[in-house]
Amino acid sequence: MTPETLQTRPATPPMPEIRGHDVGASVPAAERHADKIVVKDLRFYYKKYEALKNINLKVSDRQVTAFIGPSGCGKSTLLRCLNRMYDLYPEQRATGEILVDGRNILDPKLDLNLLRAKIGMVFQKPTPFPMSIFDNIAFGIRLYESLSPSELMDRVESALNRAALWTEVKDKLKQSGLGLSGGQQQRLCIARAIAVKPEILLLDEPCSALDPISTQKVEELISELKSEYCIIMVTHSMQQAARSSDFTAFMYLGELIEFSATETVFTNPANKRTEDYITGRFG
Amino acid sequence: MSLAAEFDAARYRNRRGRNLIVLGLSTVATGIGLFVLAAILSDLLWEGASAWTPALFTQMTPPPGSAGGLVNAIAGSLAMTVVGTLIGTPIGIFAGTYLAEYSRGSRFSQIVQFINDILLSAPSIIIGLFIYQVMVVPMGHFSAWAGSVALSILVVPVVVRTTVDMLGLVPNSLREAAAALGTPKWKIVTLVCYRAAMQGMLTGVMLAVARISGETAPLLFTALNNQFWSSDMNRPMANLPVVIFQFALSPYDDWQRLAWGGALLITVTILCLNIAARALVNLSSLKQ
Repeated sequence: MTPETLQTRPATPPMPEIRGHDVGASVPAAERHADKIVVKDLRFYYKKYEALKNINLKVSDRQVTAFIGPSGCGKSTLLRCLNRMYDLYPEQRATGEILVDGRNILDPKLDLNLLRAKIGMVFQKPTPFPMSIFDNIAFGIRLYESLSPSELMDRVESALNRAALWTEVKDKLKQSGLGLSGGQQQRLCIARAIAVKPEILLLDEPCSALDPISTQKVEELISELKSEYCIIMVTHSMQQAARSSDFTAFMYLGELIEFSATETVFTNPANKRTEDYITGRFG
Repeated sequence: MSLAAEFDAARYRNRRGRNLIVLGLSTVATGIGLFVLAAILSDLLWEGASAWTPALFTQMTPPPGSAGGLVNAIAGSLAMTVVGTLIGTPIGIFAGTYLAEYSRGSRFSQIVQFINDILLSAPSIIIGLFIYQVMVVPMGHFSAWAGSVALSILVVPVVVRTTVDMLGLVPNSLREAAAALGTPKWKIVTLVCYRAAMQGMLTGVMLAVARISGETAPLLFTALNNQFWSSDMNRPMANLPVVIFQFALSPYDDWQRLAWGGALLITVTILCLNIAARALVNLSSLKQ
């Protein structure tokens, strides 16, 4: 990958405007490395069931934060709050505040599509659209930008390049994305997510459906991408959290039990339950 | 042999016996079905093939006792089937999309789908009478438009059902993936869901066409029949099912011959449509 193919982002990318509000303009660059996302008193409900109980969390920019915990602990739910994916389902709701660059994204007046364009997400199972590889990537770009064919081609190439997929697919861009292997499909989805130039990447168990080699590729990709994005990853694999994250949050039964630097969590956990979980005593 | 083994052997024989009986009954049932189908098709082929002359496709329906063909009925059927499909398909797809994408799981959607399923199996003669009442009576005469509308009412529930089913098969993960890119809802539906469900939905339209191309009852009260060539949709129009109905019941040999030829033509058309629909489904499952 040559430096030319790297996309450069504006120093202070615009966040979606909250209609009816005129919240402060751009955030100083120095602060952006600090708390990109601040979660305050977040509670989440599936109908009456409280799936998240009073979550408080600060996520740093340009770092990888991992959410770990046993199945059903709410880590995916928390992730899905961060781009309000739960809004697709009327019986789900969240209370509290999630500040992204200081703006509360739980505000009902927020334009969800603009929000999600700035917060990319990659899912557990690869979800290529039933269209060509090129169109899979171009899909998101076309939503918000009208580019000339050559500009569009450049953007697609650069996204595939950054997802370490370009050399494998450059000769079959017109073929269906469904024809790729699972690992390639997942990298295609990552390419699709970064093609729209988000600021935050949410990864929901991105490697759980992949073989070890594809997993390694995706993990390498994550560590490359973190220089540009705020990455949050849900994972069932503690090795993966230990390998590729800077911060780790341990969740249990809808509560955030422990959150600190990954090294601390794995070598010197403050909470007994965290220790039990990472040493494999339950979960 | 140990006791356990003997017990197992008895149980196994018992099971095998029951299996044979059920298998035998199933085979007989299948055989009856296939025999009836084969009898109908061979009879149709035998009687109909001899009626397939160039005249069948080039000449008008004749008065009894003179030579003729079915070309006006073929053209009329084609015209009304096409117009009926063109009216019914968009309504069906829009309604199906609303039910599957915009009101999924709601009580309203469930009720509408239930009613749609009733419409799906409604006797087509009722639909013919309904259109007779709301179109033919006010207009004062039978017309091909009325026939087309009656056929379109048969198309709608078939297309609604397949659209709902096919969109239901589109995994939610695909919708979430599109939403995660900031895609507006209508684009998720039209650019992603439709594309994923396209072949199934097309199959539904084809099955609807196959269904209406053989319907007699709705046309009997609406398009009626016409002995002559007509391209005026505002007038009664000849069509294969009604012509077959009329000719087959007549005492004239040459009319009955034409009826056989027409029946074979409809059967072959429906067969081809079904094969095409099946091929489309296979094609889409191959892709995934």
